[in-house]
Amino acid sequence: MKKQKLPLVYLMCLLFVCALLSAVPADNGYQVGDTARDFKLKNVDGNMVSMADYKDAKGFIVTFTCNTCPYSVAYEDRIIDLHNKYAPKGYPVIAINPNDVTVSPKDSYSYMQQRAKEKNFPFAYLQDESQEITKAYGATRTPHLYVVQKQPDGKYKVAYIGTIDDNSRDASKVEKKYAEAALNELAAGKAVSQPNTKAIGCTIKWREV
Amino acid sequence: MIKVKLKLLLASLLLLLLTATAAPAQDVEVIKFADLKALREQPADTLYVVNFWATWCRPCIKELPYFEGANQKYKNQPVKVILVSMDAVEDLDSRVKTSVQKRGLQSEVLLLDEVDGNSWIDKIEPKWSGAIPATMVFNNKRGLYEFREAEMTEEELTELIEKYK
Repeated sequence: MKKQKLPLVYLMCLLFVCALLSAVPADNGYQVGDTARDFKLKNVDGNMVSMADYKDAKGFIVTFTCNTCPYSVAYEDRIIDLHNKYAPKGYPVIAINPNDVTVSPKDSYSYMQQRAKEKNFPFAYLQDESQEITKAYGATRTPHLYVVQKQPDGKYKVAYIGTIDDNSRDASKVEKKYAEAALNELAAGKAVSQPNTKAIGCTIKWREV
Repeated sequence: MIKVKLKLLLASLLLLLLTATAAPAQDVEVIKFADLKALREQPADTLYVVNFWATWCRPCIKELPYFEGANQKYKNQPVKVILVSMDAVEDLDSRVKTSVQKRGLQSEVLLLDEVDGNSWIDKIEPKWSGAIPATMVFNNKRGLYEFREAEMTEEELTELIEKYK
């Protein structure tokens, strides 16, 4: 009798491990509180950029955005403002273009360079050519923000995931600055009271297989 | 003589009515979140196919003909296709209505006038990140529901409808 039970236990263990394994791949990407991975992606100036390069940063506003999404374009100036306001406080913007160039040609590296120049981006604008980082973070739309905070052990903890504010159409009519509220709390050493927000955005253009 | 004239008049009226209902594209109704919620809670034994799109969303535009095709194909069945535009209400005339006209859309078209996605997205579908296109199908009478945050092929849409209708 005992002998018969054993395979069942093994099978159950196996099933459990399978369930664990299938849950692990970042299907949904990071949640608030998770540790975000660093990356090494090509900036519009030709250099490779990692979070580790910013020795003095307390964290980052990792912003998945692109050239082509009207929402991203509507938010460009506000992303620049975010950087100008929070980089001096230790939280610079790192913008990452997640779109596949074969699906969205206007998101190519040279178009990114052109856009960065036109808008005089004060932050790094990186291309996630393999879309590996976008998948790891779990970004689904543009713009999609991940505020990460550097921990004493050097890890990057996700503190905020979401949108910039409550009005993509008109910056002058914004009532709730979600990202700024989170950054202010972080800078003050407080917990982020609204760490998850949502907005309508453009779907990320995934490479067609 | 009068009778003949009357008949003619009736016939021409009928013809006018027929052509009027067949040819022009749908008007676009502007709704608020409460209306969307009411739609989501429709108790009818009907499969609602609700697609969230916008004129500025390329993959959404690519999908539109599939939804139009489904609207036509299931016309005589309890299937209702509704296209909910995420465009700004300021763009109603200049972009949304012109787009609906240009494409001759026959499905019902609504424009959701809500600026703050964060205030309503979770209330309609917590799994939705806010990216469009997104589609939900439901038949509340039968307790059927499925949500997709993805661009669909024509086959995928047909499969989705056939699964629940």
